[in-house]
Amino acid sequence: MTDTISGAQALIRALEEEGVEVIFGVPGGAILPAYDPILDSPIRHVLARHEQGAGHMASGYAHATGRVGVCMATSGPGATNLITPLADAHMDSIPVVAITGQLATTSIGNDAFQEAHTWGISMPCTKHNYLVTDIADIADTVHEAFHLARSGRPGPVLVDIPKDILNARIAYRSAGPLALPGYKPQVNGHPRQVKAAVELIHASERPVLYLGGGVMRAGAAAEALRFAELANLPAVTTLMARGAIPDSHPLCLGMPGMHGNYTAITAMQKADLLIAVGARFDDRVTGDPDSFAPDAKVVHVDVDPAEIGKVRNPEVPIVGDAGAVLRQLIAAMAKRLGDEPAPAREAWRGTLAAWQEAHPLGFVQDEDGPIQQQFVISEIHRLTGGDAVVVAGVGQHQMWASQFWGFERPNTWINSGGAGTMGYAVPAAVGAKMGVPDQTVIAIDGDGCFQMTSQELITAAIEGIPVKVAVMNNNALGMVKQWQRLFYGERFSAVDLTDHTPDFVKLGEAMGCVSFRAEHPADVAPVIEKALAVNDRPVLMEFRCDPDAMVFPMVPAGGSNDIVILSPEDLR
Amino acid sequence: MNHHVIAVIVENKPGVLARVSSMFARRGFYIHSLAVGPTADPAMSRITVVVDGPDMEQIIKQLYKLVHTVKVTELTAPDRIEREVMMVRVRADATQRGEIMETARIFSATAVDVGAASVTFELSGKPAKLADFLDLMGPYGILDLVKSGRIALAKDVKTRDAERPRLRTA
Repeated sequence: MTDTISGAQALIRALEEEGVEVIFGVPGGAILPAYDPILDSPIRHVLARHEQGAGHMASGYAHATGRVGVCMATSGPGATNLITPLADAHMDSIPVVAITGQLATTSIGNDAFQEAHTWGISMPCTKHNYLVTDIADIADTVHEAFHLARSGRPGPVLVDIPKDILNARIAYRSAGPLALPGYKPQVNGHPRQVKAAVELIHASERPVLYLGGGVMRAGAAAEALRFAELANLPAVTTLMARGAIPDSHPLCLGMPGMHGNYTAITAMQKADLLIAVGARFDDRVTGDPDSFAPDAKVVHVDVDPAEIGKVRNPEVPIVGDAGAVLRQLIAAMAKRLGDEPAPAREAWRGTLAAWQEAHPLGFVQDEDGPIQQQFVISEIHRLTGGDAVVVAGVGQHQMWASQFWGFERPNTWINSGGAGTMGYAVPAAVGAKMGVPDQTVIAIDGDGCFQMTSQELITAAIEGIPVKVAVMNNNALGMVKQWQRLFYGERFSAVDLTDHTPDFVKLGEAMGCVSFRAEHPADVAPVIEKALAVNDRPVLMEFRCDPDAMVFPMVPAGGSNDIVILSPEDLR
Repeated sequence: MNHHVIAVIVENKPGVLARVSSMFARRGFYIHSLAVGPTADPAMSRITVVVDGPDMEQIIKQLYKLVHTVKVTELTAPDRIEREVMMVRVRADATQRGEIMETARIFSATAVDVGAASVTFELSGKPAKLADFLDLMGPYGILDLVKSGRIALAKDVKTRDAERPRLRTA
């Protein structure tokens, strides 16, 4: 048996060959063999407190680095606990590879201890998944999984490996060439379509460049900015694309959609041309799709052909990678323009500027009143100089963070957009910090979200991953409460998280974090300053916030984007 | 009926049929019939699926998104040939058996099992022919019915319509 290694060793070696530097996971019976060779590998393992945390850590790592995040869990409940993060990564096209242990091939189907049909359960929430049944397939399968996770439209891929396969022995060989006859993602756009798009753009009077998360996944933020400038295109950056072009740029209109700003929403609504790049006309952007952007022709660039025409039929469909197609568009537009500048579109730019002036985003922080979350976010931005990676959970705090942070760089905003997974922030921040240890990583979280996954701060403390978490404590499931206030006649049902329980400062300390509390507006800046001064341990900041605040602007779900509610007064 | 016939060539991998049927279920596409079997290439299987619905483009794109899908073709009438096999057990006592057998003969249905009170026919053909046969057998009483699901191929329109190849001169 010379020169043979176990399936588990083959797995870890294949991960090393893929350049994996960290695995987020929790061991257990069926995956036990894979944990032994980790001890001899340069790959670091981060022991999460819950498999859901491990999955979101892998996603946060992938968001922050653009590389594939890796998580690992055992069979049965270990694997089922990974399902939420996989579904989350699937919705936001995040490259993640999950390795799960499975019962021995001889026990599968017998309802043995910790059996779950992981392959079947994970199928609809992964880009692709595998059950390895031959030890000779391990290296090829891992190689394929990484290729699928990061290429084309990225996404999560799960590899389920039975314990007897992990224990079997084999003479290792590296992965062979890919054998995926049905998988050939289109990279470059069709030149004729690119040319048609350039003509439409050149002729348009009220264009809007609609940048989505695909721009981030393609690493195409620089191209997006170059194209916007070259063609003089005002641009909106969706929740998944905040920072694709800087918020401070004169062409940037900010976030569109349900809680977008008036100008971004209305610009799309009144546009005569939308140039969608890596965006999917999600219901949170379009509102009622039948009344969305009624006068606009559409150029739709997406690497996934199924997104094109799914919600809106474009005049010019372009299938291809966002970066590659933007480079084609830049070249074709430069040729079209020659020595001429792009059309100035003064009337349109003037209209947009007037909207921005009339309906800016804003908030009022009463110096005696309760703390407003927007104020906290603005203060964190001021005191960090905006130089941080911001991670959010899901709800009011997420919308305010997106509205008020002021993003200047890509990949500095990490959140759960498509799935809307509460509890995303803390573990995703831990994963992000592992990926970009030199950057300040701040989770902006709600008290509801935080209580779903706060235990991962223990992971952060013990593993030495100094993230900062700002808990916006409004004693409520704030966004649900807002909907009950607006649409259910203020009948508040199951949204009260109660005052003072838990004591977040004590909880933070118990989990190994330096912890601070701000109760009054005057406490906010000092707490942030103290938190920013701690760099060797995780920090928890609790801000006791206004329990009745609501996020505006707002377009009610399924409503027309023609009607933007700017404040509670608009509802009366 | 707004039926569309789609031929899907997939890699012959474990679970590939589950992937296809799961996609139809989760996207809310309704499957009217589905038949699957090997092709001339042992690495590939062919799925013939008959679906209802207006949006074939989205169904075809979603099928292509499955990693093991190699080729998807909508087979449109009249440029397709389609067949279905059915076995149907018809109530037939001695007094009715003669006329039932006579109808079956016209349809070229084969009696494959005869009991004291029933006859079971095998019939293959276009879906409309099967439907007609069932309509005629209905009044006697249909005791059991099984259909294979529709299978279809595109007609060889290309070579049929092309000019005859010219003979090369020596």
